[in-house]
Amino acid sequence: MSELADQIKQIIESEDVALFMKGTPQFAMCGNSQRALEALRGAGAPVTAIDILPDPRIREELSALSGWPTIPQVFVRGELVGGADIVEELAQSGELERTLEEKLGSEYRGAGEERVVAVA
Amino acid sequence: MTDRLEGLLREAFPDAEELSVEDRTGGGDHFLVIVTSRRFDGLSLVEQHRLVYDALATPLADGTIHELRIKTRGAL
Repeated sequence: MSELADQIKQIIESEDVALFMKGTPQFAMCGNSQRALEALRGAGAPVTAIDILPDPRIREELSALSGWPTIPQVFVRGELVGGADIVEELAQSGELERTLEEKLGSEYRGAGEERVVAVA
Repeated sequence: MTDRLEGLLREAFPDAEELSVEDRTGGGDHFLVIVTSRRFDGLSLVEQHRLVYDALATPLADGTIHELRIKTRGAL
């Protein structure tokens, strides 16, 4: 496995909520990344954002690891929750908050600040 | 282009109760796909969307599809 793939895998496995997106939470470069971010924020998720735009290899390696072809991608404790459509749908039904509670514990809200992690 | 995508989806979901492809922007590269099929019964949303991605693997890989929104449902 390449060093980059290793790094991405490490983030997926170690972050409570990892959002691979185009741009940053402060400046999303894509409507779908923004939608996923807002759904996560609405559920109070402690988001760790990773911008995939700086290097095209990030997206290649990520999709190879996850088997998911599009961006954004949201992982909770190492498990792929979905892209923007799924995360939005889960947020609307309340299931996103239930999943977060189940995986991170009932005190997950406010457990972490939104932050950005760089790869490569 | 919506015809091509719809054809691929019909092949993958021959028994779909509902199947539509909308060109969201008119530019032929941003699409909304809606599929209702009993094949989705009992599957998680991630698994359901994976089936749609599989059906559209070629246009996703060759850049035909720039953006894809998916709405799936099990049998009505």
